[in-house]
Amino acid sequence: MDTFFLPYTIVLTVIIFLPLYRVVRGPTIFDRMLGAGAVGTKTMVLILAIGFLFDRLDMFVDISLAYAVLNFIGTIAIAKFLGTEKAEE
Amino acid sequence: MIVNFLGMAAAIGGAFFLMVGSVGLIRLPDFFSRNHATGKSDTLGMMLVIFGMMLIEGFTLNSAKLCFVLIFVFLTNPTGTHVLANAALRIGLKPWFRKNAGKGE
Repeated sequence: MDTFFLPYTIVLTVIIFLPLYRVVRGPTIFDRMLGAGAVGTKTMVLILAIGFLFDRLDMFVDISLAYAVLNFIGTIAIAKFLGTEKAEE
Repeated sequence: MIVNFLGMAAAIGGAFFLMVGSVGLIRLPDFFSRNHATGKSDTLGMMLVIFGMMLIEGFTLNSAKLCFVLIFVFLTNPTGTHVLANAALRIGLKPWFRKNAGKGE
């Protein structure tokens, strides 16, 4: 199983670096938030693949679930803060 | 053995959909179309990858936890993108049309 999950992890790492472009130079703050959320969701999958790679999935799946909860709460909090603001960005 | 190959195929298809979501996030013209790209194809790709990992893992407790992760992602990832789009509309971000294509984003 390592012969499948080692190249898979490397490919996922390359895919994660693509939305960082949108985080660095997005025109608005929402584009940056969207890029950060995309990086977070892909990082969840990467954590699960690393769990298969190390053969300790029982530990890494809990870390992945906690990461998903934190990502969701962060996105909701920032969106609520930005949506109630009246100032033009 | 054939279940392993099915799981690997689902994981590779999910990685393809994650890559399509990333490319759409880079190349589409304004915020709402980018939101559309990453809200759907990222959810589908991640669900495919986790389903493939469930097939590889077999019928254990870890597989049940992976099923919980799948349900959680299926509920929360579109919710997050919808809340972001709602906040952008409330602030007053204009959608992109072709007739004012050259006047900035």
